[in-house]
Amino acid sequence: MESTIIKSRNFNASFGSNHVVKNVNIDIPRNHIIAVMGPSGCGKTTYLRCINRMHELIPGATSSGEMDLNGEDVYQMHPIFVRLKIGMVFQRPNPFPNLSIYDNVIAGYKLNGIKLPKAERDRIVEQSLTKVALWKEVKDSLNKKGSFLSGGQQQRLCIARTVAMEPEVILFDEPTSALDPISTSTVEELFHELKANYTLIIVTHNMQQAARVSDKTAFFFLGELVEYDETKIMFTNPKDNRTQNYITGRFS
Amino acid sequence: MNIESVKFRLGKSSGFQILIYVLAFACVIPLLFILGFIIRAGITKINWHFLVNLPKPVGESGGGIANALVGSIIIILVASVIAVPIGILAGVYLSENKKSRLAYWTRLSTDILQGVPSIVIGIIAYFWLVKPLRGFSALSGSVALAIMMLPIIVRSTEETLKLLPASLKEAALALGMPFHRVIFKVIIPVGIGGILSGVMLSIARITGETAPLLFTAFGNPYLSFKLTKPMQSLPLLIFNYATSPYDDWKNLAWGASLILLVWVLFLNIFTKIITRKWKVQL
Repeated sequence: MESTIIKSRNFNASFGSNHVVKNVNIDIPRNHIIAVMGPSGCGKTTYLRCINRMHELIPGATSSGEMDLNGEDVYQMHPIFVRLKIGMVFQRPNPFPNLSIYDNVIAGYKLNGIKLPKAERDRIVEQSLTKVALWKEVKDSLNKKGSFLSGGQQQRLCIARTVAMEPEVILFDEPTSALDPISTSTVEELFHELKANYTLIIVTHNMQQAARVSDKTAFFFLGELVEYDETKIMFTNPKDNRTQNYITGRFS
Repeated sequence: MNIESVKFRLGKSSGFQILIYVLAFACVIPLLFILGFIIRAGITKINWHFLVNLPKPVGESGGGIANALVGSIIIILVASVIAVPIGILAGVYLSENKKSRLAYWTRLSTDILQGVPSIVIGIIAYFWLVKPLRGFSALSGSVALAIMMLPIIVRSTEETLKLLPASLKEAALALGMPFHRVIFKVIIPVGIGGILSGVMLSIARITGETAPLLFTAFGNPYLSFKLTKPMQSLPLLIFNYATSPYDDWKNLAWGASLILLVWVLFLNIFTKIITRKWKVQL
């Protein structure tokens, strides 16, 4: 039996009086790729941001219910520990514009004031950039600013920055929606590489992407988790009518 | 639509273009006149002697403005040491807490503070510091000037930081950074160009302030480095010497005016360079 890494029970999230995520129950297995899909405004991004407690940073945002990481409620932990264990990659690439490529990769250590010997830092930078298939492209320009890279490279730099912290789970919030098709496919290939070491939860607008990259898919609609199953089953033989309608393109 | 009416409207349009061109140029004229006037009157008085010597008593010719130059630098430095940290951190607070009640009142007070006449700020400093300490002092002048710097620094920091994308802060928070590190390691470094230009502008603004110093720093014909004693400054020297009946002293005032003008001009140019050079490409 595969072990569960993230477990939600009766999880709710709201912005003020706007109830966005309704009673979500989900078990996410370790070292899998989970796609979270659904139409705009269905609460999928909000749910994702609840996992590493980014949701609560928005004024008026509240949540309730159980959200466990390895059996421990993340809402009982300090948010800083949660975010060190659950990394996040955003919709638009957001490297730190004041830092070099090198410093961007070890930003999690450097900016947190964690001192590492030079050799260790070099190792982390090379390893992380290799993991995201960026090492060859940037190894001669590590001292240049991260914002000089192309959008796709910037996004991979952001993934490298997250990977460098050795989290257990990485959350992706529509990671390719701001990228061109070639960069998108590079990032998608990455997902398969990363699966060996991390659990990936990917919010996506793009059904083809969900079908291509994920092991399991969750379908959110109007704040509810409608269906959650193996990706193959979801796309060939969905049990719920709403899932059926969504993947056949009857609404979006 | 006949051709005549189109021609008429085209004529009106080009007339309007000429008008705004002329008015834009009109804004440059006062500065050119001031510059020309002061340079002509002051340039002959300025030499090395003028910068390193103290003013001579009435009757002796020559003399310089060293005490005012040193005094101005000290008073402004101390004012900056007081106002810059408070101003930047208050600006950070405003940009982080856009809607809180405290932010509302802080914004309102900085706006009002900006409009308070500088002489009133001088009086306040007089009652806060000069009276209780029983004596005019450079420090009380610095405090008065610091109060004048605050609103400029606070608002320029706030405006700069408000323009930074929220994704930047989220990137830092998602890496598990505590709030103070997000501010000091990410937000302020990325916005440093705008913040510094606000600081420089506030310095340029207070460099020529005379009124708040009249009954705080008071002025001093000798060179003084003591913060607790009266100290000379450029605007005070100009004010006192320009209104004196002696030609030698009037000449000192002209020279000092030119120095002051060049100082402010350089601060403004320097600010532009900093903003351009330290602007972080987002």
